[in-house]
Amino acid sequence: MSEFIENQISPYFNFWIYVILMMIGLWAVIAKRNLIKKLIGLSIFQTAIILFYVSIGVKEGATIPILDHHGPAHHEETEEKADHGKPAPGHVAQNGAHHEHGETHDDPHHGGKHHAIDPDTMANPLPHVLMLTAIVVGVSTLGVALAISQMIYKEFGTLEEDEILEKLKTEPLHD
Amino acid sequence: MIDQLPAIIVLAPLIGAMITGLAGPGDHRVCFPVVLCSLSIALVAAIAAAVQVFTTGTIDYFVGGWEEPLGIGIHLRIDALNAFLLVVIGIVALLVSFFSFRRVGDRNTEKTPHFYVLFQLLCLGVFGITIAGDAFNLFVLVEVSSLTSYALIAMGSSRRGSHAAFNYLLMGTTGASFYLLGVGYLYLKTGTLNMQGIHEVLANNTTVAQSPAVTIAFIFILVGIWIKMAFFPLYGWLPNAYSYAPSSSACLLAPLMTKVSVYVMIRAMLGVFGAEWVFVHLGWSRLVVLLAVVAILAGSLLALQQREIKKMLCYLIVAEVGYMVGGAWLADENHWGLTGALYHILADAMMTLCLFVAAGIFSKRLGATRIDQLEGFFRHTPLTAAGFTVGALAMIGVPPTCGFFSKFYLIRGGIESGHWEFVIALLLSSIVNAILFFRIFEIGFFGKSPPEGHGQHSSFPAPKSELAHATGTTLLPLVVSAILVVLLGVFNGQVVSLIRIAFENLPAVTSGLP
Repeated sequence: MSEFIENQISPYFNFWIYVILMMIGLWAVIAKRNLIKKLIGLSIFQTAIILFYVSIGVKEGATIPILDHHGPAHHEETEEKADHGKPAPGHVAQNGAHHEHGETHDDPHHGGKHHAIDPDTMANPLPHVLMLTAIVVGVSTLGVALAISQMIYKEFGTLEEDEILEKLKTEPLHD
Repeated sequence: MIDQLPAIIVLAPLIGAMITGLAGPGDHRVCFPVVLCSLSIALVAAIAAAVQVFTTGTIDYFVGGWEEPLGIGIHLRIDALNAFLLVVIGIVALLVSFFSFRRVGDRNTEKTPHFYVLFQLLCLGVFGITIAGDAFNLFVLVEVSSLTSYALIAMGSSRRGSHAAFNYLLMGTTGASFYLLGVGYLYLKTGTLNMQGIHEVLANNTTVAQSPAVTIAFIFILVGIWIKMAFFPLYGWLPNAYSYAPSSSACLLAPLMTKVSVYVMIRAMLGVFGAEWVFVHLGWSRLVVLLAVVAILAGSLLALQQREIKKMLCYLIVAEVGYMVGGAWLADENHWGLTGALYHILADAMMTLCLFVAAGIFSKRLGATRIDQLEGFFRHTPLTAAGFTVGALAMIGVPPTCGFFSKFYLIRGGIESGHWEFVIALLLSSIVNAILFFRIFEIGFFGKSPPEGHGQHSSFPAPKSELAHATGTTLLPLVVSAILVVLLGVFNGQVVSLIRIAFENLPAVTSGLP
């Protein structure tokens, strides 16, 4: 059992938490009968995905990805990439794969000449940037949902789905 | 100017929405011309882009010149697969804006600018989904269009609308989140978010392509998109949302949202994962086509039970989604099914627009929301009835309307790949459509209500001259969409040859298809 925890759970701790959070959220969306509780579930669900993305970007021992006083080196690197035309996206994938296994070694593409910006020393900023957008999307979803639930409360006088359905059943159809 | 076409398509509705939002509350008369302007610009740009695609080839546009994968660029891509869809979206949006002109003013005047802001933002989202070349941008644009559609549905006067919008929001957000999760897994394995980039990695790197994480990503993305398109077991939000929405919103949403989602699925299958991966490595065609068969039959049977016009049309949409999904997944054997599915996206957008506009006019002019209230509609509203008839015949699949030809290609795909269950489901669904619509025609012509129809039917307003009452702006979209339904069918050869170009330009399909 302890071996299981050591091999399966602790290295992937974030991912277990994200799956558990996601299931809690999904269960609340499906099973709860109160509209606000459903919304809370939806928020938990979205937050779980944010946790998942942020976990992708993390590397052990890496720092925030801000380049300081490496201006010329960075410039050179972008030029080099531009010369190559389209760098194969696969090489980023290789990085990702290495980090998954916690290996640390110099990236072959950047080793030597550009050791100043070894990607292994920096967290991957892209998932974080994506999640900034996803958080904004989540907040606006929540805003729209709350506005609609306010409308529902004004029109039905309740936020319990059972009572709303009961009222809708007796109401004649109209456009 | 010509280089900036993809940006113009997306920016025109965005700028229009801003102007409407700023100037609209002061003077409501500003709204409609602005909407007309922005959507016309977008449509012209879409047509110009389509012409360019079919003459010179794919357009790749990187916003700000940031080419992937250096940064997280915004990559807009117009190729033969989405060029004609852009044009159809532009046409539908423009026609619905005409339709909405009177109705929004009638209902709740103080909300007119709000409606038009949302309207244009929805167009922005739908255009954006179609031309996005980046998997994450696609998610953001899906959410833009979904959020606006929740608001558009909740805007109606019926309180059922707000409840339906809330349910749609819950399901829609869950679907989009599943999609986002799938994109996350893909990014984890491939290290890029660009659709083409992902496709290159999956095509060249077999260890990545065969890893279970990519399969999981595909399942998440597929389920997410299926929720968005209301594929049968996940259709729960659609009927209420579309039938209790205000007519103008329903006319915009019903033709566009499900069809664009089907396009996203086809794009994900062919453009991101690649036909070879989907059909050879995964090989789930049989299962998904079976699901599509269930969707078609269930949608048709549920439509038979409905007594409201719009609800019936909504369940027919559920069945039509089954057509397109099934057709797209027939592509493991031959390309006829895929051709049919793409053709049906165009055809169904037009037919649905035609029928929903007609249903909107019926509920307005005759006060008829139920089928048995439609007594004698051929007498009272002859032009609307004619448009409705064209849409209905297309839905049944009568030549020379487009519904016949798209169904023909779908059935041919089913026969040639030996999926007889799909063929039978299509034919049964056509029969059900015939029963449904001929029942309505009978009521419309002879005014014979079914026995369960009660005394309410005599309460609709006294018939006036249709043209005096229904202004040109309301009838125009119906007439134009009815004409387009016929034209899309008459020129089926040209349409199909354009669709074929889409396959030739997709490197993925040539390897996966005979």
